[in-house]
Formats: sequence, C-alpha cells, structure tokens
Amino acid sequence: MVRNALSQTILEVKGITKRFGGVEALRGVSFKVNKGEVVGLLGDNGAGKSTLVRCISGIHPPDEGEILIADKPVKLNSPMDARDAGIETVFQDLAIVPEFDVVQNLYLNREIRSSNPLLRWLGWLDTKAMTKRSQKSLNRLNSRIPSLNEKIVNLSGGQRQAVAIARAVSWGAEVVIMDEPTAALGVEQSAQVNELIKLISSQGVAVVLISHNMQHVMDTCDRAVVLYQGRCSADVAIADVDKNDLVSLITGASGLQFAESA
Amino acid sequence: MSTTSPALARQDWATKLLKRQYFIYYMFILVLAGFAIFLNDTGFLSLSNFMNIIRQTAPITIMAVGLSFALAVGHIDLSIGSVVALSAIVGAILLQYVGMPLAVAGALLTGMLVGLINGLLIERLRVSSLLITLGTMGVITGITRQVSNLESIPVIDPMFRALFGNGEFLGVPGLLWWTLIFALIGYVVLNKLVFGRHLLAVGGSPESARAMGIRIENVRIKALIVCSLCAAIAGLLYAGRLAGARYTLGEADLLTVIAAVAIGGASLFGGRVSIIGAVIGSWLMGMINNGLILSGFSTDEQMITRGLILITAVAIGAREARNG
Repeated sequence: MVRNALSQTILEVKGITKRFGGVEALRGVSFKVNKGEVVGLLGDNGAGKSTLVRCISGIHPPDEGEILIADKPVKLNSPMDARDAGIETVFQDLAIVPEFDVVQNLYLNREIRSSNPLLRWLGWLDTKAMTKRSQKSLNRLNSRIPSLNEKIVNLSGGQRQAVAIARAVSWGAEVVIMDEPTAALGVEQSAQVNELIKLISSQGVAVVLISHNMQHVMDTCDRAVVLYQGRCSADVAIADVDKNDLVSLITGASGLQFAESA
Repeated sequence: MSTTSPALARQDWATKLLKRQYFIYYMFILVLAGFAIFLNDTGFLSLSNFMNIIRQTAPITIMAVGLSFALAVGHIDLSIGSVVALSAIVGAILLQYVGMPLAVAGALLTGMLVGLINGLLIERLRVSSLLITLGTMGVITGITRQVSNLESIPVIDPMFRALFGNGEFLGVPGLLWWTLIFALIGYVVLNKLVFGRHLLAVGGSPESARAMGIRIENVRIKALIVCSLCAAIAGLLYAGRLAGARYTLGEADLLTVIAAVAIGGASLFGGRVSIIGAVIGSWLMGMINNGLILSGFSTDEQMITRGLILITAVAIGAREARNG
C-alpha cells in the first residue's frame, strides 16, 4: 500500500446485500477505505456500483451487512444520516441549483443564520458569513472559480464539479464518493478534477471514485475495488496492475486471483 | 482578455437592458405616459387617482405576492380567485355570530386549509398543481355559492370595515398599508430568510434540493398555504371595502393576478420570482383598468387587455428561456 502513514480505516463495508424484489443487486460486498486514500470502484454496467453507492450514501439502506465509519457501525437510513456520519456523495447531476450562485449552493440547507436571536429565529440569512467561509473553503482547494456570486449556469462543467466537491469537503466529509466526476468533461477540465481529487486526498479525505475511464483510475487512485455481478471480485493496489488487468477484472475475464493478494 | 470590443460591450449593455426583469418598468412607464397624454383632462394624472388605483388594486397585489410563493416552488394556484370569495363569505357569516378577531381567524384558517388540501393532493397524487387547483377551484366556488345562497352578506362591523376597508392609519389609507406590509414580508421571506432560499431551491431544482436534505414536499405544501392565505386576506379586504361579501368576489382576479406576476418577471415554471415585479405588475394592471374606464371602455376591453398582457409576458419569458 502506498500511504502507510495514513493507513487507518475510515470506511468499512461489511457483507452488504441488497435485493430489489427477487433480484440480488449486491451479494455480500466487503471492502475498506483508508484515510486519505483514493479507491476506484469499478465494474461493468449492472455490476452493482450504483446500488452500492446508494447504500453507502443512505439512499437505499442495505438488507444485510453493515457500514462502519472509523470502526463504528453506523445506520444510514437517509442521505442526512450519511452526511452526519461524514460521508458525502457527489452525484453525476451534482445536486446543485443552477439558478443559485456559488455561495448559495455551498450552503444549501445548512445556511448560516444571523447571530441576532430574533432574526435567527426568523431564519435570517447571514450572507456575509457564508461568503467569507465559502472563500476559505474554495481557497483550500486552489479553486479557479471566478466569483462566488456567479450563478452556476454561468460556470463550466469543471467549475461546477469543483463547487460540488468543495461543498462535500466543506461539510466536513471524511469520505467523499464521486460518481463519474469526469464523464461529461473535456480533457483539460478532467485533469483539473483529478488534481482536485488528489488535493483533497492529500488533506486526509478518503475518496471513492466511480469511473469508466481506466486512465483516470490509473492516474488518481491508490487502489481499485472491482464489482462483478454483485460481488466484490477484486481489490487491488493500482501499483500492481495495468489498464488491461483492470479491464479484464471488470469484464470478468480474469477471476479472483488478485483478490487474495490485496 | 481585457480587450472587449466596443460593439460587444454595446451588445452586452443592450441585452442587459432588454432583460425581462426590467421589462415591467418600461411597460409601466410606457402605459403611464400613454394614459397621461390621452387622458390629461380626466384627472388620471393626479395623486388621488393613483391612491385610488393602489387601494383598488390592494387585493390583487397581495394575491400576486402569494402566487409568487407558489410559483417559486414551481406550482401554479388557480384556486386563488375562489378562495377570495370563500374567505369573504366565511368572514362575513362569522361576523354575525362572533367578534372580529375570531371571524378574521376563521376566514384565514379556511384559506390556509384550502392551501393545505391543495398541497396534500398534489404531493399524494403526484399530479400537476394546474389540474388539482383547477379542480379545487370548482369545488370551492360551488361550496361558496351554496353556503351564501347566491346572496350578498352584509358586513356591518365598523372595526372590520375600518381595518380591511377604507380606514386610515397615520394619514395613510389602510389598503396602502396592507399592500406595503405584504410586499415587504414577501420580499424579506424570499430574499433574506432560509425558508425563501429553500422555496427557490425546490422550484429551481427539486432533485438537488432533495439530495441536500430539504424536505421538498413540505416546502411545496407550505408555499401553497401561504398562497391561499394571501388570497384569503384579499377576500377580507374586498369584504371590508365593499361592506359585504358575495360569491362573485375574486371571480375575474385569477387572470389579472397571473398576468401581473408574469409581467413582473416571474417564471411560470418555477424557481424565479420577483416580489417587486409582482407588486409593480399588479399596479400596472390596476392602472390599465383605471385608464380604460376613464377612456370609456367597458369591462370587456379590460378582459381582452389582461389576456393580451399575459400572452405578451409569457412570450417574452419563453423567448428569454430559449436564448438563455
């Protein structure tokens, strides 16, 4: 493993099973993610990646198995539970409001209220404080976002992605799950997002990255967990494999020989 | 980067000025100037006439503020006109048995109940607000006609008539106070409070709002309750000013209110509203009515004008949505 100094498990998934009617989407999936580690979650369409992410982010509570954060079991029955446990998910649609500006999106549903007790009771927004803190959290990410008061519709795809990631990190997430963050982006913007992923992992945040782009996985991940037909078929250090190995693991061409070695 | 060509700069400037949010002001000034020229010998351009317009328009203005809340979350509420009559009738009937505070509370609660029912039906049945409120509009109108027996119910209570009708406070007409208070509350809630932020988030991108943990169903139901509450207050204002309630109150207001809000810059598809625009829009509608009456036109022409204004506003909004 590359990051020995940080080898401290932050997220552990133990024997997760999820059924939809008669279909077993996940059949006892287990894996661990260490602090500050970037783990690629790979698998073909229908392998169970999305279901697994939905379990970990509290959208679909699993039927069996448990999820541990820093060795403590957590019950994730809603996205808010996951958020409280320190798990943030950046979905493909980014869950941002296009008509809102950067600050409004960063603080959506955790708005800072005025310090005046009466105004606070009314729910009066403290825009100044939110702007100030937004600036801080974006600075921490070396953000290239032009203005905090810019509406999201006026930002590029990469900048939108950066806002969503900044929001996840600034909510104090210890684990950030990203679903295909570069799927809709051009080469340069993808590179910026990959840089951002490395940056937040260097700050101790664990990242679970779902991607179909093997080059990005090779570039940004420390480890790869491969799902095949609802099971965890491999758990490998990226340093030990190449792109072709990953592809054959995903398609099921090569079996479990890597799983033992991890 | 800094070498923006003058032509481009001019174009930016032009597009900015042509933005829909400013359209209401141009329209207002244009209509004002038009009537001022054509009606210069009728007293149109006098302070007392403008006070009159604002007073007569007060119920419309308050309904426009309320409808802005529904539009903010992406709903439309067609039942507001029927709530006006219902609330006025309920208030007037209650005044015959109980004191003013209870009668007012009863009327307002009736309005809020309608909003709650609208909201619950929309969320539970997952049907568009357009269809649900079209249905409740029919139901409420029927109930109001039955309860009132198609008769006017007089309002005698002097306190009620002063408060909601032609009373004055600090030398300013009560109806102007009502207008200003509701405009201010609407503006503050939508622009300064967490609740307003959530309303606009739900209207702008319901899925994102839900993913961020906002309970979007609750927010939408609350918006409809506010909308109906405003319509109920409009009903009391009519009852106070006219010293009585009748099932026909508010009948023709739906089109006026929607046109006022649309011309004021709100998107009829949710996520963007302007309270100031809605207020000015309602005054514009009032001014047009007033001007048409002074010009000797009938209510038929007023209705035609309202319809044309709504179509114009929607056309501008659609063009802007296409051009981004």
